[in-house]
Amino acid sequence: MRKLIHAKDIDYLALGATVLGTGGGGDPYIGALMAKQAIEQYGPVELISIDELADDDLVIPSAMMGAPTVMVEKMPGGDEPVKAFKQLEKFLGRTAAATVCIEAGGLNSTIPFVVAAELGIPIVDADGMGRAFPEIPMTALHFGGISATPMMVADEKGNTVLLSTVNGAWTEALSRNATIVMGGSSMLALYGANAQDMQPNLIHGTLSTAMKIGQLLANKEDASKRLENLLKFMDGVELFRGKLTDVMRRTLDGFARGTVTIEGTSGNTGSVCRLEFQNENLIAMRDGEPIATVPDLITVLDLETVHPITTEELRYGQRVIVIAMPCAPVWHRPECLELVGPRYFGYDLDFKPLRPLVTNV
Amino acid sequence: MSYRLGIDVGGTNTDVVLLDSKNTVIAKAKTAVTADIVTGIRVGVGTVLDQSGVNAAEITHAMLGTTQVTNAIIERRELNEVAIVRLGAPATRAVKPLAGWPEDLRERYAKYSWIVGGGHEFDGREIALLDEDELHEIAESVKGRVQAVAITGVFSPVNTDHEERAARIFREVLGEDIPISLSYQLGSVGLLERENATVLNAAVSSVAKRATLSFQQALADLDVHAALYLAQNDGTLMSVEYALLYPILTIACGPTNSMRGAAYLTGLKNAIVVDVGGTSTDVGVLVNGFPRESFVAVDVGGVRTNFRMPDLYSIGLGGGSEVTESEDGVKVGPKSVGYRIVKEGRAFGGDTTTFTDVVVALSKAKVGTHEVRLPRELAERAYDVAIDKTVEAIDRMKTSSDAVPLILVGGGSVLLPSEFEGASEVHRPENYDVANAIGAAIAQVSGRVDRIFAMDQKSREDVLEEAKSIAIAEAIRAGAEASTIEVVEIEEVPIAYLPGNAVRIKVTVAGTLASYNQEEVGAHASH
Repeated sequence: MRKLIHAKDIDYLALGATVLGTGGGGDPYIGALMAKQAIEQYGPVELISIDELADDDLVIPSAMMGAPTVMVEKMPGGDEPVKAFKQLEKFLGRTAAATVCIEAGGLNSTIPFVVAAELGIPIVDADGMGRAFPEIPMTALHFGGISATPMMVADEKGNTVLLSTVNGAWTEALSRNATIVMGGSSMLALYGANAQDMQPNLIHGTLSTAMKIGQLLANKEDASKRLENLLKFMDGVELFRGKLTDVMRRTLDGFARGTVTIEGTSGNTGSVCRLEFQNENLIAMRDGEPIATVPDLITVLDLETVHPITTEELRYGQRVIVIAMPCAPVWHRPECLELVGPRYFGYDLDFKPLRPLVTNV
Repeated sequence: MSYRLGIDVGGTNTDVVLLDSKNTVIAKAKTAVTADIVTGIRVGVGTVLDQSGVNAAEITHAMLGTTQVTNAIIERRELNEVAIVRLGAPATRAVKPLAGWPEDLRERYAKYSWIVGGGHEFDGREIALLDEDELHEIAESVKGRVQAVAITGVFSPVNTDHEERAARIFREVLGEDIPISLSYQLGSVGLLERENATVLNAAVSSVAKRATLSFQQALADLDVHAALYLAQNDGTLMSVEYALLYPILTIACGPTNSMRGAAYLTGLKNAIVVDVGGTSTDVGVLVNGFPRESFVAVDVGGVRTNFRMPDLYSIGLGGGSEVTESEDGVKVGPKSVGYRIVKEGRAFGGDTTTFTDVVVALSKAKVGTHEVRLPRELAERAYDVAIDKTVEAIDRMKTSSDAVPLILVGGGSVLLPSEFEGASEVHRPENYDVANAIGAAIAQVSGRVDRIFAMDQKSREDVLEEAKSIAIAEAIRAGAEASTIEVVEIEEVPIAYLPGNAVRIKVTVAGTLASYNQEEVGAHASH
């Protein structure tokens, strides 16, 4: 499975990654423009399966960190993803054979393409989350025992910071503080590991999935057909459709939290759906009963266009469809749910999976 | 007695009203838009002068809303060559200027585009020293090649210093006549969108200048030597000098003029306004007497921008919307006969069935010169389809499910009923058909600020005061009388993930024109 990714594929990727971003993950618009600019300059990027690498090939994921407000104003210089990458290679004393995404949802689905294009290395069709989460340790790699550090944080001025930490919480805190000093956004190289160690701890095929979602939604077919195709492809369910009647927002501990109320129409009349979000959509309740919970994916789509609506864009009066898609099976593990389940985000609820697990992971 | 002209040049009609100093409508005229725009204005103004018998010399002010700038961008007509300068290196190079632009415009503008050392961090620190040497070199290299300059600095809404210094360098080299557009004057945080708005603004500065001069000439030809003001898209006016600096702010002033007119004609400050034209209907929201602003990036001629624009929901439904029947059911619009309705619509003796004809056939309004007969079932279904579309558009624009007052304006609004689902009351004020021209004529001048402020060093009160005084200074610069300036809106939005209690503050103020005689303005009429 070798496939070349051209600039036009990046548009599909960005659209699909917004669906997998479950309302958060940062707007991939800037990331998509960066990836396209890099591909135009250096040529298309090769998308490979990790099985095509040798067991002891080094793979280094690449990502961006920071405040969305900063990213849309002080865009990256362009050198820093590669700078972080090369510096980490230098520290490890090895050259990476490929890069990969930390999250397939939102902005970070696009950043590794910048590295891959410029260095002429392939990108692995996989990611560490299968969606978007707000913190660095919230990856399958972390639970697979792969450390996020040594990690390189780089800014556009040429500064790099090497982090070596005792655990995920320290990684998160130290890298976020370095990022703020750097002006609110930075580029990361982290979670470097051999292909054979990484293989069982990635969610495979997620970039292809995102591009396929983008294609399905950009299709000229009518909206109901596109929705049907999306749900079928993602094994997802339509949770609710109706009119958005209230968005309550509050900023808490630096996160944008909120509650959305949707009044039902067409078959849901008389029912009310409530969504809780913290950047990403976390909980969907129907008439007080949870019907989908994080880490399963909850995404709000515009009724007419079937395109995803981010939590920042939610407004009164929108006609929406709420859908849910099953998360990667790894998140069903109890130790994972401790870090990405409803309780971690402050809700007195247990994870209620959309689909029972068929296989043991 | 002194008089004012309100002129709104729309897509189909040029509307002109003449108001006396008590804001009473003395005369009104609706004429078809002419290819050269100015002829239509001359005819309209001539008509109101004839109708009223007012002496042209008594007209002290002329307020004009125009679509010239919008059309120039959409039609790619008479656009300037622009030197595009971004202050932000080494940051921001990963996405160059003009990214995401339509190919034709991108090719055209790419040759004079630079990213120069400079710009600021979110907290006001410098990213890099401003590279003044390179700016000098660029200025020398574009001399005689460009007609305008667009300068955008990273986080200039937080710190305007580098943009101002860069402007001085270009001014020094290029002289006084080249318009220089600064991004912090136009948009808010979101570099690419603000830069896009700034480049478009620079691109249309010559069109705006020519249009303004020809408007002045058209008025002078009729012996009208009034002070000329241009309507901008927040429902306020700007002086000609200001409009020449920021012509892009005239985009979408038509619907906002209608909304301001609707507020004035009804005395309502908070309401939904439905403006029905020949081809489309715009639904907007009045908040404290002014149009609500859009929060999302707005496309202008295919370019993503973030300068302030009215929050409108437009539907393809108007008096001239064609009624069609197919397997999918009855459709009304979006295809429209537009201004050709007076020839092609059945109510005018033509043979195209329009929304107007449906309303006439159902005896819900009297329009046109001919009787209209349509199958009753078709007419009823078409009517229901049209009203459902309108009800949904109104509902989308509401901020809560509470019923709100509704104001119907625009020539086509006679076609709508006087009761609506979700509306507490429906107003169709006198002179509804020229509400846009009235809105232009009665408009005030505004000032605003939209920046990120750090709250950790100063008290909230001090920061708000600072923001207010910036907005007030801006209003005075635009021509407002200081003693009449009032705060229209204050908005504070805390910014996630940033230290220093960063808060985005938006303040809008508005006041009466300084040159306008206060005592004669009188109280706003209410019906």
